Amino acid sequence: MTVAPTSTQFKDNAHEALNDARLQRALVHARNFIPRRSAAAERMPEFEALRDSARDIKNHTLAHLDLYLEAYEKKVLETGGHVHWARDAEHARKIFLDLCHARGAKRVTKGKSMISEEIGLNAALEADGVEAVETDLGEYIIQLRGEAPSHIIAPAIHVTRDDVEADFRKAHRDLPESRDLSQPEQLLAEARGILRDKFLTADIGVTGANFLIAETGTSVIVTNEGNGDLTQILPKVHVVIASLEKIVPTLDDAAQLLRVLARSATGQDMSVYTTLSTGPRRPGDVDGPEDYHVILLDNGRSAMLGGPFEDMLRCIRCGACMNHCPVYHQIGGHAYGWVYPGPMGAVLTPSLIGVAEGGQLPNASTFCGRCEQVCPMRIPLPKMMRHWREREFERHLTPAGARYGLGVWAFFARRPTLYRLATQAAMRALKLASRNRGRFASLPLAGGWTAHRDLAAPQGSTFQAQWRARSGATR
Amino acid sequence: MPTQTCCGQPAYNSGDRATARAIARQTILAFADCDYIVAPSGSCSGMLARHYPELFDDEPDLSREALAFAAKCHELVSFLVDVMGVSAVSARYDGVATYHDSCSGLRELGVKTQPRQLLASVEGLRLVEMQDSEVCCGFGGTFAVKYGELSNSIVTEKSGKIEASGADTLLAGDLGCLMNMAGKMQRLGRNVKVRHVAEVLAGMTDMPAIGEPETEPRK
Amino acid sequence: MSARDEILANVRRSLHVGGEEAPRRAAVAARLSQPPRGLIPARGQGEPARQIETFKAEALRAAATLAQVAAASEIPAEIARYLREANLPATLRIGADPRLAGLDWAGTAVEMSHGPSDGHDINAASLAFAAVAETGTLALVSGADNPTTLNFLPDNHIVVLFAADVVGDLESVFDRLRAKYGAGAAPRTLNFITGPSRSADIEQTLLYGAHGPRRLHIVLVGAP
Repeated sequence: MTVAPTSTQFKDNAHEALNDARLQRALVHARNFIPRRSAAAERMPEFEALRDSARDIKNHTLAHLDLYLEAYEKKVLETGGHVHWARDAEHARKIFLDLCHARGAKRVTKGKSMISEEIGLNAALEADGVEAVETDLGEYIIQLRGEAPSHIIAPAIHVTRDDVEADFRKAHRDLPESRDLSQPEQLLAEARGILRDKFLTADIGVTGANFLIAETGTSVIVTNEGNGDLTQILPKVHVVIASLEKIVPTLDDAAQLLRVLARSATGQDMSVYTTLSTGPRRPGDVDGPEDYHVILLDNGRSAMLGGPFEDMLRCIRCGACMNHCPVYHQIGGHAYGWVYPGPMGAVLTPSLIGVAEGGQLPNASTFCGRCEQVCPMRIPLPKMMRHWREREFERHLTPAGARYGLGVWAFFARRPTLYRLATQAAMRALKLASRNRGRFASLPLAGGWTAHRDLAAPQGSTFQAQWRARSGATR
Repeated sequence: MPTQTCCGQPAYNSGDRATARAIARQTILAFADCDYIVAPSGSCSGMLARHYPELFDDEPDLSREALAFAAKCHELVSFLVDVMGVSAVSARYDGVATYHDSCSGLRELGVKTQPRQLLASVEGLRLVEMQDSEVCCGFGGTFAVKYGELSNSIVTEKSGKIEASGADTLLAGDLGCLMNMAGKMQRLGRNVKVRHVAEVLAGMTDMPAIGEPETEPRK
Repeated sequence: MSARDEILANVRRSLHVGGEEAPRRAAVAARLSQPPRGLIPARGQGEPARQIETFKAEALRAAATLAQVAAASEIPAEIARYLREANLPATLRIGADPRLAGLDWAGTAVEMSHGPSDGHDINAASLAFAAVAETGTLALVSGADNPTTLNFLPDNHIVVLFAADVVGDLESVFDRLRAKYGAGAAPRTLNFITGPSRSADIEQTLLYGAHGPRRLHIVLVGAP
């Protein structure tokens, strides 16, 4: 389920997150991905070259996206599948609901799909009287909690074991109260049993797609649990919902991307299940869906092509950026207020929901650059966050106080003589104000700094003054 | 002495591209006659060497000038080691120091081994590595003020790592980072001296550390 | 205008193309008809004997178990042994693949069933289409021979792999796929399987058997 964006309240969200002791304890786990990714990268000497190869494949694809989309569709139709084109979230929901009605579907199982979050699919299904069951264990847990995912590959990373036990006891009321759920194994066994029944009785199975292969009309999903597979082979209908930029040209291209995906995400060389699905059952098949539908979603992607945010369309949703982000580490994913958190969320969100709604996110970055350093697709994330800041500045969306302060600074910075005089004067004034204690615990107009830290007072004189004094120069 | 003011990064990172370009033009012209432009700051040198060309990538002539300028710009310690070939300094410092890898210097300019190499030659100094030395300190320019609570959370964690390293001295190559970490540790009452790495390498540690009072009037 | 036409028009507008340009069409047609090979890591390469050793090491690293037999006739006995030693019931579901179904199971005490699984099977066995040395990965294709449900519903999955079907990399599996199904074609389902099902969604604790099989046992036949 996805609620309306709260990204404009990012600061309040972050404040809540910083003061949520339970969340802070759980967030420590997000950092485990860091050593695993670097170990996987080190174990493969060709890893850096593979990143370049992956980037080049996606760039080629995006430059020819119209043609690859047509080729992909042709293949899906040839193999007996159906392709639906959705302009936006509302259109995609309608297409899906129409499919449910045509089938009289009452129960839908879901593999993990961020696109389904983006379009708010679960809420739409529930409003229509259709039961939507998340089958990825993390997604199942947060569905019980009525929450959105807080990480794109580890959706329940913010939830503790105690939380899970409490949620299961509350939701699985038919099971004996006296049962022991103190161990993670027992929780898993319980979820496995409950979801097994749902898998076997679902009318429609929905998955996302990590890749859509034009060469063969194939959808690719990558999981460790196998839930995506049970979702797509057991029901009579399999629906794939994927955004336009998931297209890759060939099986070989998919192989290149797969090599950097799992390594960047969890540090595995290969996820447990990488599944290529092509169309419905064939003559001779004894299992598998009878109907295979692909919903291709635009929802802002075509507008990103050919523009300054085009590089973001290379994203393969591995999560490495947020795993390495100092801001994400402090607050987790929900604080970002919409579907996509961390650095990739900061760049993508304003493109999809507008800069007025999403513009806070690209501002909440120190530009440390770690995200770009680990992105398997070499997406220049800080550069694009800076682009968003430029957009906001041009449209006067930058807060008035910040704009004014910047204006004052810029006035001096463009006038060297005034700048020199002003900095010397400021230094003398600050030194006097510090009364030789060397630092300030508080200072008017510097509350944003001194609320949390001391502010060092200037010492000596400026470099230029000292240079002039030592060299006897007159300028 | 070139008539310099600032590299313009505050404007650049705030989205004020016009001001950033104006300041960049001014800076490029000011240093036109210089062979090398050296800054004791990874973030400023990164701005000059990596971002100035980007500011003019839509205008071929200005772009050429910016690229030529950028090629002359260096961060101080990497300049000493990689360009001047300095392999050791004759300085003395009695203490246990840990080095914070400021983000711009590390990721934009590859400053990592050079300060450690020179620090290894400082007599009496023992260098210890803190855990996560490459993780951001939370300064981020205006971020520290605009997102004060977040910045505080990040620098508090960094302070913990500094303390855990057992060092009595913190060194780095960027004043913004240094002021941020010094300010936090002093607010927490930690007894760690904070200095710019150049102070130690130049043997100028008789002056007060960052945030410490000056014990005698300066000329 | 249909949504399809609208979306394609938007894509073309953003890319500043009309869509009919010959060079672009040629580039796409060329790539699709003759897929360029990307960068193949060294890890999965080498002589077949080396590739088999790499496959074994990587499969074990992914928490599969592995046993070797010299000939296909030994498969039933090995599987019976595996079930016994793992304290599992002596039941086994397989598909119609003659290389499995035609073996002498009567010589073991294993109770056999055939066809796709409906969720009530404890153990199942499949025959691999190929395997990837680079990552210790098995490749299985759908069909009556080795139904896809056998890969996911049972608690324990045994995969028989002939040594000659071990290749170095994913791309080599795709070569075999194209050879069998034709250019531009693929089976309904191709499963790449690397170890047993797992999840770390509960406080990052690694647990096996999250929906898919808890155990994956590989029987490697005819390796030198």
